[in-house]
Amino acid sequence: MTPRSVLDLEGLTLTRGGRAVITEMTASVPHGQVVALMGASGAGKTTILRAVAGLDAFDAGVVTLGDVRLTAGLRPAGELQRRLYRRVGIVFQFHHLFANLTASANVSLAQMHVQRSTPAEATRKAEALLDSLGVGHRAYAYPHELSGGEAQRVAIARALAVDPPLLLMDEPTASLDLDRRLELAAVLRALVENGRTLLVATHDAEFVRACATRVLALSGGRVEQDGPVHAVLGP
Amino acid sequence: MRAAVLVSLLAIAAVTEAQPAAELRWGGDAEGGAPFVSADPGNPDRVVGFEVDVAALIARGLGRTPRFIQSGFTTLDAAVIRGDFDIALSGLEDLPGRRARLALTIPYYEFEERLTVRAADRDRLRDLRDLGGRRVGTLGATLAAEMLRQAQSAHGVVPVLYDDDVHPYEDLALGRIDAVVLDQVLADRAVARVPGLVNQPAALSRGHYVGALAPEHADLRDRVNGILRAAMRDGALKGIFERWGMWTPAVAALYDVQAATPGEHVSLAASAGSTSAVPVGATPLGHLEAARRYLPRLLRAALITLALSCLAMAMAVGAGILIATGRVYGPRLLRTVLTIYVEVVRGTPLLLQLFVIYFGLAAVIRLPAFLAALVGLGLNYAAYESEIYRSALLAVPSGQLDAARALGLTDAQALRFIRGPQALRFALAPMTNDFIALLKDSSLVSVITVVELTKETSIFASDIGSWVVPGLLCAAMYLALSLPLARVARRLEQRWSRA
Repeated sequence: MTPRSVLDLEGLTLTRGGRAVITEMTASVPHGQVVALMGASGAGKTTILRAVAGLDAFDAGVVTLGDVRLTAGLRPAGELQRRLYRRVGIVFQFHHLFANLTASANVSLAQMHVQRSTPAEATRKAEALLDSLGVGHRAYAYPHELSGGEAQRVAIARALAVDPPLLLMDEPTASLDLDRRLELAAVLRALVENGRTLLVATHDAEFVRACATRVLALSGGRVEQDGPVHAVLGP
Repeated sequence: MRAAVLVSLLAIAAVTEAQPAAELRWGGDAEGGAPFVSADPGNPDRVVGFEVDVAALIARGLGRTPRFIQSGFTTLDAAVIRGDFDIALSGLEDLPGRRARLALTIPYYEFEERLTVRAADRDRLRDLRDLGGRRVGTLGATLAAEMLRQAQSAHGVVPVLYDDDVHPYEDLALGRIDAVVLDQVLADRAVARVPGLVNQPAALSRGHYVGALAPEHADLRDRVNGILRAAMRDGALKGIFERWGMWTPAVAALYDVQAATPGEHVSLAASAGSTSAVPVGATPLGHLEAARRYLPRLLRAALITLALSCLAMAMAVGAGILIATGRVYGPRLLRTVLTIYVEVVRGTPLLLQLFVIYFGLAAVIRLPAFLAALVGLGLNYAAYESEIYRSALLAVPSGQLDAARALGLTDAQALRFIRGPQALRFALAPMTNDFIALLKDSSLVSVITVVELTKETSIFASDIGSWVVPGLLCAAMYLALSLPLARVARRLEQRWSRA
């Protein structure tokens, strides 16, 4: 029996500035895995994540997240946008925490205004999430007061607050030292144990070995390899 | 290029230095219009009017060529003291305060102050006593203005001061004010021009037109007096006033008295009926006393400036936010319309906009002066504010918007919780700047009869004949309004930069 997938890409084609970045890519992300999206800089990793997250339109193909189908040409809006964000969350490379809000308010904002939780409920959940990620003591700090590692955990908490089954992460180790990278790998494994699925864009092979279960390797705008970590990266 | 600049500088120096003694520079306000001084309809480069003829007569007597110099009516006294011209001739009234500060000629015309009302009020409003609690317009710095100020304390009349003698009558016809008090020359002309107005037959008082010279030119004044007396005797002045349809028995009687007096002129200021009060500050010692007496009025005017500025700024901020939001988020048509609005408002003078809103639109909508001032300032500053907010919105990093979108927030929610609050921080410093600018630009609304701080100061200054004390008081009040504001803004900025 094949595990059910939380994300399917069929014939995804992306061009940027007239240049084809991704050509007719077809791939799946199965439930309960940490899938590493690998490739050299400029291979199109971030572009794929942005298309899946509904931030940019794509040129051809279909993106399916459970019962949500994105088609080429338009950024999702209205009802489709709301349904999409129950399916997927994203942690940006530079976090993009809301500069005018505390860590706790960053995490509770979408709960209150998208999910319509009460402020008390949203704050309680935000503090619990921040605690579970080891940054509970920074709940009332503003983004510019956080270290890179702290900001990243707050950004993960913000994405998780609305409970998306799939979490996208863009270059999560780019600004972390070795110890922090191993800590992050542990955090991601724990998330998977709690039933999440992760698609992580990275070119950090060591990190991938530490936490990923599968690898999608991109080259020349196509999927070059797709398989278990050891099969793609070697033992 | 450098040579051309040098040549023009030399030319300017030559013009300013070589002040040919063979010229009589006389000042007047051509905006005052016919029959005083106005542009010749056939040749707008020339001026015509009885004052032009009187100036020519005086110049001829002095063996000089007359040269007209334009000056605002309410600043004629100050300009002649500064030496901008040798003599002011512009329907200037013989007021005690003016006589104390300037060398005045003998009177060359006698007029009556007339009350003008709408025809429907002919039987109700016959006298200043009937005008308690009503708004009565006149020209600032005139005998009539002084009369109205006394009627304010005596009968509760509300004086409305204009900078010109055309708009009071138009506002009377429109119902913005209930009466106008001005001299009969202006009143007769207005009644002929504006339908639905009538002059009450009884004179409120009498006054005289004189020429005004700087006090150190008393010798020139005496020569001018000699020329005027001769012209009264030989009928030259009579000829001028007959030509302009202004010859009256009262003027004939005036000339009989003046022409018969060989030496010192006869001051007729004291005969000016009910307006015998000596204005404050007529003596140098009176300046501080005058300041003390004017202070409550200046404070009240400062309050008007503050209220007007705060309300106009609130309107500008509200409208500016809507315009900026429309230009960033709106559909193409809306963006185009808003861009045109911003460019038109930024590209034309505020003064012009105030005139259009108050006088120009009067046929369509009759806004009270304060409201018109508020709307004018508010809509003008809204254009500037909207540009600040638009650039502030665009300055918020796109990553913030991506993050909001990726959480499922709508554009409106992202604007309200993320983009708007962040943009406000970028906008705070330029907004403070604009508010301080608005505080000072609010002085322009005096052209539509709102007496705010600067206008009250200029009334004060023209009453005491000096700008020193009024100017210092006025500057202190503007600073007292703007400095705390700048301080609050700085505090807010510091607090936000910590957050």
